[in-house]
Amino acid sequence: MASIMKFTGLVLKNLFSKPVTKNYPAEERKFPERSRGSVQVDIDQCIFCGSCQRKCPSSAITVDRAARTWSIDRMGCVQCENCVNNCPKKCLHMDVHYTQPEYTKVTDTVQGPPPAPKPEKPELTPEKIAELKAAAAAKKAAKAAAEAKND
Amino acid sequence: MANRSVVPFGPQHPVLPEPIHLDLVLEDEKVVEAVPKIGYVHRGLEKLVQKRDFNDFVYIAERTCGICSFMHGMGYVEAMERIFNVDIPGRAKYLRTIWCEMSRIHSHLLWLGLLADGFGFEALFYQCWRMREQVLDMFEEATGGRVIFSVNKIGGVLKDMPAEMLDKFVKNFNYLELQLKDITEVFLKDYTVESRLRGVGILSKEDAITLGAAGPMMRASGIKIDTRSLGYAAYEDIDFEIITSNECDSYARCEVRIKEIFQSIDIIRQAVSKIPDGELSVAIKGNPNGEAFARMEQPRGEAIYYCRANGTKFLERMRIRTPTFTNLTPMLHTLKGAELADVPLLILTIDPCISCTER
Repeated sequence: MASIMKFTGLVLKNLFSKPVTKNYPAEERKFPERSRGSVQVDIDQCIFCGSCQRKCPSSAITVDRAARTWSIDRMGCVQCENCVNNCPKKCLHMDVHYTQPEYTKVTDTVQGPPPAPKPEKPELTPEKIAELKAAAAAKKAAKAAAEAKND
Repeated sequence: MANRSVVPFGPQHPVLPEPIHLDLVLEDEKVVEAVPKIGYVHRGLEKLVQKRDFNDFVYIAERTCGICSFMHGMGYVEAMERIFNVDIPGRAKYLRTIWCEMSRIHSHLLWLGLLADGFGFEALFYQCWRMREQVLDMFEEATGGRVIFSVNKIGGVLKDMPAEMLDKFVKNFNYLELQLKDITEVFLKDYTVESRLRGVGILSKEDAITLGAAGPMMRASGIKIDTRSLGYAAYEDIDFEIITSNECDSYARCEVRIKEIFQSIDIIRQAVSKIPDGELSVAIKGNPNGEAFARMEQPRGEAIYYCRANGTKFLERMRIRTPTFTNLTPMLHTLKGAELADVPLLILTIDPCISCTER
């Protein structure tokens, strides 16, 4: 007879304990620090090398170096964190929050800042050229002297 | 002779977690023969190995299945590590062992829930899945994912678990063990549960060998084989007894799996007490060349991984032999002569994972 009352203890325990489920979304879910929610980019640091695009197992990331854009197919991304681990500038990171559910496929595109202007080269005058040549000759002579001393 | 009729079962059926179709040839209420058909969730993952960098394929390998995802990733990287002939650091081995056992616990809890659901014990089903949720939360805290963990890489692991996290997990598992003891009473001693499981789906020891059963299905028929005893990852440093049962029926399969959860908790405790400090991974150089096998004990049984590389960054072949595939034949054997009402239960007792099988 005792073998039919095995579950009663658990039933009573459940009856007098708080629910284990959360009242989501009224009560916000706290994600652990390492949670892989969605990939975010710090576009100011990005050098548009395309490493994340090549490493993406689901080909969700597209990097356009000419237009300086970084875009991700949110529905194609599988949150594997491979791009984050392979980014040479460490400008990608995983946000703990998931992307919102949508009716259509979403592609997020981030526009990078215009490239920093290249430093201007100093203008070469005949005096400057003569100076550089003299410096190079002196360096060569010093090197030859050092070699002769070693021999 | 009674009239024969054919009842189609699946691929969509309330009791089936995954799609498998069976044509059940019935004589009155008794099953005479069952003809299986699979192929509903084939995704061609093995073929993808020829188009993806071998380093990135880890993420695809672990997407073979949602339940044993960690072990699929690990099986692939272990095979690749054999091709590269690298020995991974001790800490990585222990971390892999801990994650493997956590996977086993959550897989077996999932199965217990499905079994309870299969014989119509809804409340027990919720109890099991509530416990499983705690393991998934721990996984999320440690690896960042609840189902797909993405922590394996060729040569080691990507994430570490600090000492305080490990201690916290051991405390959580001690608490889980207490909860599990209550559930065990119900599964193994309750009259209603026993009446559905005892003597149903007998698979004798001889049949289990000839039909090639694997994992808990095989161990419930009294065969003492567990791939963990080969000593991959850190299992060679860990003491554990292979759990078997000689009753050969569905009850024995349930008993073996429940005892394996307790054993896994014990293995985690041992691993946490022995885990060494050190590096998480070693660097690998160049492209792989050669071929290798890796075997490991998944929650459902022994899985085999085969990789063949040709010196480029794309592998030539990657093959997985999953435990469910070998368990299908013993399942068909147990179905013969079973009552129609027991069919869902018997399909569940092999713990089918069709998406692993079809890939």
